[in-house]
Amino acid sequence: MTTTQSGIIPTPIQPNVITAQDLVAGYEDNIVWRDANFTIDRGEFVAVIGPNGAGKTTLFRLLLGLQPPTSGTIKIFDSEPKRGNPQIGYVPQRHLIDSETNVESLELVHLAFCGHQWGFHLSAKSGRKAALVALNAVGAAELAHQSLNALSGGELQRIFLAEALVSNPSVLLLDEPLANLDIRRERDLLQLVNNVVRSRSVTALLIAHNINPLLPFLDKVIYIANGKVATGRPREVMTSEVLSALYGVHIEVLHDSRGNIAIVGIEDHHPLHHALHHVDE
Amino acid sequence: MNKMTISINLFAALQQMFQYQFMQHAFEAGTVVAIIAGIVGYFVVLRRSSFAAHALSHIGFAGAAGAVLFGISPVYGLLLFTSVGGSMMAALSPRAAHRDVHIGTVLAFMLGIGVLFISLYTGYATEAYSILFGEILGISNSDVLLTVVAAFVILSVIAVVYRPLLFASLDEDVAEAKGMPTFLLGIIFMILVAVATSIAVQVVGVLLIFSLMVTPAAIAQQLAKRPHHVVIISVAIALIATWLGLFVAFYEPYPVSFFITSIVFVLYLLVRFVYRRIKPLKVSQTGFQNDA
Repeated sequence: MTTTQSGIIPTPIQPNVITAQDLVAGYEDNIVWRDANFTIDRGEFVAVIGPNGAGKTTLFRLLLGLQPPTSGTIKIFDSEPKRGNPQIGYVPQRHLIDSETNVESLELVHLAFCGHQWGFHLSAKSGRKAALVALNAVGAAELAHQSLNALSGGELQRIFLAEALVSNPSVLLLDEPLANLDIRRERDLLQLVNNVVRSRSVTALLIAHNINPLLPFLDKVIYIANGKVATGRPREVMTSEVLSALYGVHIEVLHDSRGNIAIVGIEDHHPLHHALHHVDE
Repeated sequence: MNKMTISINLFAALQQMFQYQFMQHAFEAGTVVAIIAGIVGYFVVLRRSSFAAHALSHIGFAGAAGAVLFGISPVYGLLLFTSVGGSMMAALSPRAAHRDVHIGTVLAFMLGIGVLFISLYTGYATEAYSILFGEILGISNSDVLLTVVAAFVILSVIAVVYRPLLFASLDEDVAEAKGMPTFLLGIIFMILVAVATSIAVQVVGVLLIFSLMVTPAAIAQQLAKRPHHVVIISVAIALIATWLGLFVAFYEPYPVSFFITSIVFVLYLLVRFVYRRIKPLKVSQTGFQNDA
């Protein structure tokens, strides 16, 4: 496996980072969603939105090469997804770090850089340096020597983001990073992801429950619900027509004075509150 | 064992002790076992696999009983049964977090076989006792040699898998997505625990394996947060407990394993309650709290 050193971004012009054609995803006989067609360009910030169990994480599993599509094609950098793609940085959906896991943040980020290497390496200076650079990039340098079990939810998410960034990926997959964050920290983290996306031309896909906090930053939305997928610019997708077609029931999309969206007609959304998040099955 | 007065002169006391070959063997095997248990124990704690370590030692009991039945050294039976049992556990459930039920299932089956072996063997009482509670003072020259060889194998394997195993133990999901062989690492880990358990049983026995394989690492984890520091402290604790236990047991007519487990437990209590008072750890927060 190769990792690129920080600062060098290996990019001949690749307009389409991810393309999906007639994509159907599922587990064995069970189809989770079907007929997804979309393209995601370099440097786009994309939200993956939808109710619990709709198959948002399944999309990530396809991109990570952890499961094959049921049918159709999905390509990332013009090739089939394969496990261990060094161009992808992944932050899985996580529960809290075990309170007994007393390991400092720097070690986790460092291991994300060199953990795949076999054999011993006592003087791993370059790895530690890369880890510190990644922690700096997420504004968590002062947390480097803090133990993971002593961090708050927002701090942990920043460490996980550094863990994903340390190998300098071109694509970030963030699974529910906003779960368990209060509104202020939610905003801080999104601002941070946005900075990474814009400053490094990284393509980010972020799974979330509630689109409102993301709206100021988004280029695209992948809305997964009811076994179907709708994609496009936020204002194209978050409309009564598109969502009604997606869910198959009449849905009303309302806007408040600050541009927040309220979706009426489905139980799963509480967009104007900070929704309590549940674990995706 | 002769009752002797403890000399003020530590050097003289040690010299007196090492005149006995059984004490030499006990120190040799005990030292090697403490080092291995301290290292492997860290991964056991990190992967939250202490139930697996516990179960493997009990599975080892069946193997040891079988070996005794066939008239060979118990440690061979231990090695065979724990390795097979450990691989089965890892293969049945690839995710470390969901392993308990599978481990319990394999454990019960293997213990059943152990019961059969014991019922078939007539003169088992002392043998079974030494397997259950350790018999380090009765360790033979060839047992010491086998312990050293097993320890060398474990250390070599750990030297190769150290970083991948560490990362897969800390962050299995990301390790898997990075294309690391998490399933294979799980099996390697279980075999490491199996071999480590097999040699540690000689010192503290099947029932007391926690005191060397889990508790020292759990204590060390409270004291340091860099993996290699934790490993070093864990080994030091296991060594101190083993050496001190042997030393005291030489002068007192009580079992070595009692002293080792007691020393480890006292250290555990000290760190858990006294050290934490001095240096309280922040409890992990769930969000909705200020962390500025």
